[in-house]
Amino acid sequence: MSIKILLKDIPDYHKIEVYRQHGGYEVIRKALQKSPDEIIEEVKKSGLRGRGGACFPTGLKWSFMPKDKNIPKFLCINGDESEPGSFKDRQIFEFNPHQLIEGILISAYAIGAQTCYIYIRGEYVKWIRLMQKALDDAYEAGFVGEKMKETFGTDFYTNIYIHRGAGAYICGEESALMNSIEGKRGYPRVKPPFPAQCGLWGYPTTINNVETIANIPPIIENGGEWFASIGEPKHPGTLLFGVSGHVNKPGVYELPTGTLLTDIIYKYAGGVPGNKKIKCIIPGGTSMPPIRGDQIEGLKMDAESLKEVGSAIGTGGIIVMDEDTDLVKVLARITKFYWHESCGQCTPCREGTGWMLKILNRILDGNGTSKDLDLLIDVANNIEGHTICALGDAAAWPVKYMIERFRDEFEARVKRSIKIDIPNKVHSMRRTQIPLTEIKIDFQ
Amino acid sequence: MKMETTVEIQFTDQELQKIENLKSRYLKPDSVILEVLYLLQEKYGYISREGMKYAADLLGMTEEQVLGVVTFYSMFNTKPIGKYHLQVCTNVSCMLRGAYDLLKKLEAELKIKKGETTPDGLFTISEVECLGSCGTAPTIQINEDYYEDLNEEKLVQIISELKNK
Repeated sequence: MSIKILLKDIPDYHKIEVYRQHGGYEVIRKALQKSPDEIIEEVKKSGLRGRGGACFPTGLKWSFMPKDKNIPKFLCINGDESEPGSFKDRQIFEFNPHQLIEGILISAYAIGAQTCYIYIRGEYVKWIRLMQKALDDAYEAGFVGEKMKETFGTDFYTNIYIHRGAGAYICGEESALMNSIEGKRGYPRVKPPFPAQCGLWGYPTTINNVETIANIPPIIENGGEWFASIGEPKHPGTLLFGVSGHVNKPGVYELPTGTLLTDIIYKYAGGVPGNKKIKCIIPGGTSMPPIRGDQIEGLKMDAESLKEVGSAIGTGGIIVMDEDTDLVKVLARITKFYWHESCGQCTPCREGTGWMLKILNRILDGNGTSKDLDLLIDVANNIEGHTICALGDAAAWPVKYMIERFRDEFEARVKRSIKIDIPNKVHSMRRTQIPLTEIKIDFQ
Repeated sequence: MKMETTVEIQFTDQELQKIENLKSRYLKPDSVILEVLYLLQEKYGYISREGMKYAADLLGMTEEQVLGVVTFYSMFNTKPIGKYHLQVCTNVSCMLRGAYDLLKKLEAELKIKKGETTPDGLFTISEVECLGSCGTAPTIQINEDYYEDLNEEKLVQIISELKNK
């Protein structure tokens, strides 16, 4: 059974007329007949969990927004998509932008947001243009902005704007994203207060991932129970799995949660080139703990199943590495990324990522010692949990778990410790009071 | 130290109007800073100190604030760069599919190292972080465009096409 909610096999679905032919912009009409609370309840019932990596229940997140109608409220859509191994949101921008826009309208109505920003990473020039075209069409058709009142015959309206980033991984962190929209350096903020209390310019704000919001129209159209019945009950729906690395057919595959990882790799992504064995897999973007190739049999791809093997679903970006991959090199490259992207606010992350990179480069150069492996884990432990945002954890996990799970490979790369056989058994440096000449040593 | 040739920074009325329109989308004008910086970079090739001062005056920010923003984001250049900015992604997915070989090939082909510009001012090579193109790796971004699913032959062809443009 194949079910497609986000990337449908309909030609030209990105065009507004085709989208409308298939019932597009009718769900928002239906949603506006209900109360915002009813919408939130429906989303809670669906069990939809955030697709940006943290898997937080979307309905619950929305319910944190204050009900006061007299203060400005904001909705930010996170399309920063900078997690290495993750390339799913751009598929939505390209192939299904109107479902995203309709999702934004419904979400904005549910939380009472008068202004919405779609934050898209600066490098995605092509996708920003595509999204802007879709947005312009929706404005013109009267589905967005003040014309909404006329089109749908309600008091509610909302504006949607695209905000272009400028190359900073950290701006995918929700509070850094808000600082970036405010025109500041993209530094994450200390929480609490959480964005629902104090977000953009100090007003209540909700931040959701692009894929999360694109799921909203089908949920409202078909009901929460329908959505909850797809895939794994604790993490329902479909996911956009981005498969990359050593596979024959890399790409984005929309599959229900709970799909077997082996099915994704061998059935959909065409298996490993040269029929090689798999050494290592990163299941959800480089921030998530890597797993061994011998752990994948029978492993389902959903938040709970991955937790059991000591990893996480993250953004669903699966990176496959075959048996010939140099994991030290991979880990050094991952660490270089976090070192480069650390915003520099918190000392453990700013300094720790640099130290981990230096040690890993030392091992790569052949100058590592077996002490270095424990030192790396020690540095990682001192970063994890000691920073304002999760970038610190994201930098620490690959190092910690890669070394833990592939210790043999790392051991083989560091120099063996040098053993020097010292014949004398005396190690004390204490000065002897008897003159040396009077000491008789018995060499036996 | 000799100053670089200073160009007078001035937006046209049309550009100023565009900025003004963008401001209306936000509660405070500061939010438009990234767009102002993009415009400066597009017009003058890079963002000079004079440019930062201009942006600061335009939005009622301090020069220090603007400098802070410019240096935070990797897409802004504070020095002139080549006409074609070759941005090679070398993150894991691209690396597994030979991104470092492409980078080496590029360096050999253009006889410069990453971070440098060719003497004719045509090309600058940069090593960049994940471009979000892992499914079509390896990828190089040239100015605004993505070149995906690359190999050495394709890359050499693209470079020679750009040279002859």
